Amino acid sequence: MNAAAELRPRGVPAGPSGSPAATKQVVTLDEAVIEIMSDSGEGAQKCGQSFGSIAARMGNGVWTVEIIPAEIQPPARSVAGASGNRIRIGSRAISNGGDEADLAVAFNEQVLLGRVNAGELRPGCIILLESIWAESPDPKIAAQYAETLARLVAEGYRVYEVPMEHECRALVSDPRKGKNMFVLGMLCNLYSLDMDLAREQIAFIFGKKSAKMIQSNVALLEAGHAWAEQHLDFGFRVPAERATEPQLVINGNTAIGLGVLASGMDICAMYPITPATSASHYLSDVFERAGGIVHQAEDEIAACAFAIGASYTGKVAVTITSGPGYSLKQEGIGLAVMAEIPLVVVNVQRGGPSTGQPTKVEQGDLLTVMFGSHGDAPKVVMAVSTIEDCFYSIITARRIAETFNMVVVVLSDASLATAQQPFRRPEFSEDWLAPPIDQSPIPEGAKPYDWDPVTGLSRRFVPGQPNGMHTLTGLAHDRSSRVAYDPEINEQGMHARSLKLAALQRMLTPPTVFGDPEGDLLVVGWGSTKGAIEESVERLRREGHKVSSLHLSFMQPMQPGIKEILQRFRQVITIEANWSDDPRDELIDETNRRYSALAMLLRARYLVDVDCWSEVRGRPIKPGTICEVLRRRLAQGASRP
Amino acid sequence: MSTATNCLHHLFEERRQLEDYQGGMPRWCKGCGDNAILAAVQRLCRDEGLRPEKTVFVSGIGCSSRLPHYMRTYGFHGIHGRALPIAEGIKLARPDLHVFVNTGDGDCCSIGAAHWIHAIRYNMNLTVLLHDNHIYGLTKKQASPTSPIGTKSNTTPRGSYLDAMSPLTVTLGIQNASFVAQAVDWIPEVLFQIITAAFRHRGLSFVRILQRCPEFVGNMFEPWVHDPQRMLMLSHEDGIKVSPALQKIYRNQIEHDPSNIDRAREIASSEDPIPVGILYRNPEVPCYEDLRRAGMLRTTGSIRSTLESEFDKFTVWP
Repeated sequence: MNAAAELRPRGVPAGPSGSPAATKQVVTLDEAVIEIMSDSGEGAQKCGQSFGSIAARMGNGVWTVEIIPAEIQPPARSVAGASGNRIRIGSRAISNGGDEADLAVAFNEQVLLGRVNAGELRPGCIILLESIWAESPDPKIAAQYAETLARLVAEGYRVYEVPMEHECRALVSDPRKGKNMFVLGMLCNLYSLDMDLAREQIAFIFGKKSAKMIQSNVALLEAGHAWAEQHLDFGFRVPAERATEPQLVINGNTAIGLGVLASGMDICAMYPITPATSASHYLSDVFERAGGIVHQAEDEIAACAFAIGASYTGKVAVTITSGPGYSLKQEGIGLAVMAEIPLVVVNVQRGGPSTGQPTKVEQGDLLTVMFGSHGDAPKVVMAVSTIEDCFYSIITARRIAETFNMVVVVLSDASLATAQQPFRRPEFSEDWLAPPIDQSPIPEGAKPYDWDPVTGLSRRFVPGQPNGMHTLTGLAHDRSSRVAYDPEINEQGMHARSLKLAALQRMLTPPTVFGDPEGDLLVVGWGSTKGAIEESVERLRREGHKVSSLHLSFMQPMQPGIKEILQRFRQVITIEANWSDDPRDELIDETNRRYSALAMLLRARYLVDVDCWSEVRGRPIKPGTICEVLRRRLAQGASRP
Repeated sequence: MSTATNCLHHLFEERRQLEDYQGGMPRWCKGCGDNAILAAVQRLCRDEGLRPEKTVFVSGIGCSSRLPHYMRTYGFHGIHGRALPIAEGIKLARPDLHVFVNTGDGDCCSIGAAHWIHAIRYNMNLTVLLHDNHIYGLTKKQASPTSPIGTKSNTTPRGSYLDAMSPLTVTLGIQNASFVAQAVDWIPEVLFQIITAAFRHRGLSFVRILQRCPEFVGNMFEPWVHDPQRMLMLSHEDGIKVSPALQKIYRNQIEHDPSNIDRAREIASSEDPIPVGILYRNPEVPCYEDLRRAGMLRTTGSIRSTLESEFDKFTVWP
């Protein structure tokens, strides 16, 4: 049964005298998931981000996820071409993109289909669909529209046909460019968002353009709002408590860029690669104002070598990349490890191997960053799990790199790269910044690799320091940096470089368990899955299950106390977005099963029987999916002796 | 820096000896042309009064790339092919340092070829010395991109298949080339003159040095070493001036104006006779570090104010 279809038969645009919404009922919700999809270039992303920002200003918890096609200009009206945003708003803080959408807005039925087929809309989801296609002079398009509409109705979606283009035509010459603000107005009405804030948001996003532009977009916004008020007999309210502190609303890659700026690093060397590049785009725009430089190198290898060269001269530099670029940098990273040159490497993970899924999320690079580069190449590996974390982790990474003369790899991923979530505006601290370059003379007789026998640490000599002259080398070397042919010396160097990880580990505090410190099941995760995992744990705990979770931010070295935590639970499972064999497969058994990366590490390090569940579907794992997995696991555990 | 300050600096600076630039005992083979390059470089450092702590020799991998170990300056013995981007990073971060690059024909023209092309384009103020012996030495005799066709090596036992590439013509074909010269290890006086001119040029100076490898291709340059007439000396008042003593030996001389790129390209394509001298020099080509305003003073204040204004841009106020 479809109320809307009855209300306004297909093909008849609703005029101002359409169905009255006098009976409009506003339902209060804890949270809502909304998706907005258009062809590339129609502005659904701008609409979605604005919607998220307005909700954030009202004090709602917000998480936005970009829906990005792989091509710049995919064919119009194509399933693969969907471009837009998923916005989840809530009364409380929101930590992930949530489950299936409650309401979807689509500028054509084809971009919607991809999301329907991928199971991204919940059963009975409200769909607001642009109806202009019904009148298309191209009979093929009109037929596609009719067919899809019929299918959606048959599948039980509540489809409302909205004459977006017709309504916008009255206001702008190119309605294709204005629809997004009309839709924003509709959504503001449907979710009871403050229109004053919406007008301010438009003034903000079009601030660089003319006042006329702002006016025309505000008119579209208001028209959308009025249309929904008049024609849609439903509405929602997601109550919010206005935040008491200023919040920053940015995506993960911008947060990384800001982190680089805040860390006091001077040089970022990079080569374009999806999905990492937007961090460097952002940085290119602002870095120079503070005297920093983004160097776009001729390739990934050069970007890494360039950053190493810059770091060598005193201040830690950073190189930002994604999987394939990381693979290319590995030899350079090994050099930095061997010569003990501090370096920060950011890897915004995407689907792999090879070109894989460039715009999609995956956590497939953990083992490669930990163990990559030939030989024993110990480096620090951190994983960020929230947008706020993206900012602060870069500052921490720079400090660790400098203190330990080590390579620090920061793992982010495609999901965090474009997701937005408000977090408390950071308060500047001078401690964030790198100290000035040491140019004081080196005391007579001091050696550039005078490894401390306990910590493996040595004082780094940088060019410009009198008496510190030595030739740094990627060859095995002794304490004076002379090429070592002696077996003793080779082992001493390996020992010292390895000890530094232990020294760092001793400075870390044990991680905090989310939930009770003991129970039936512990879920362990890392990276961008944090929000979804913790939300599932909360839901299951409300159902009475004894479930807790542990989220790791230091992958190498791992924080102390983890073994003890694992041992306090009857079962332990990791949830990860990388490959693991399914034990139910015919050929898979305990002797050949390939575990997810973190599960493998935990099993090896702590000798605890850690299981894993993973998914490589190129999208953030949903809390609902995790809940199902965990319920199954708990049921299996209960049946065990 | 003002002239007066410069003078004061000089007053206070000690006069350094060759030994002050000599590091570990070279481990190159007897008769290796790299020794001549090392001697020329050490002499340059002394004569130009370079402060050892302000000088960095960067290299890749190969026989050539051992050179930094034999200097008593800062050195960075990197990885195969990547000396140039490492040196660029050093120079961009610290324009106050004198940065030299020692690379070989395998290191520069093969595994590091992409970096070579782009380094020319960046035109950073680096002195790049290409030790070109036409063979891979450290890995024990494999044909390199500059090996003449027919070169017998361990990977080409019946002779190499391809014509050699010319590092000079390649470099002169790249946008922003600003200094290109050729020297040979067996005329040390001219080698020194050329390296000096290269060091004094502001921009990337690319010096290809034909260098003998007695161990693996002992006869490679024999005909030229023994017949001075097969050397073509390029002289010009803006280039190098061949001393009267050398003029008596190397009589095959032409006047070549290094500002003439067309003529430079013509000369560069000559394999026999071997041209020696400065082929091209253009001090007007901008340096990347200047374009990027490297070495700008960064203050806590500038970082903080940039950050705060960015925070403002993204802040949702209560």
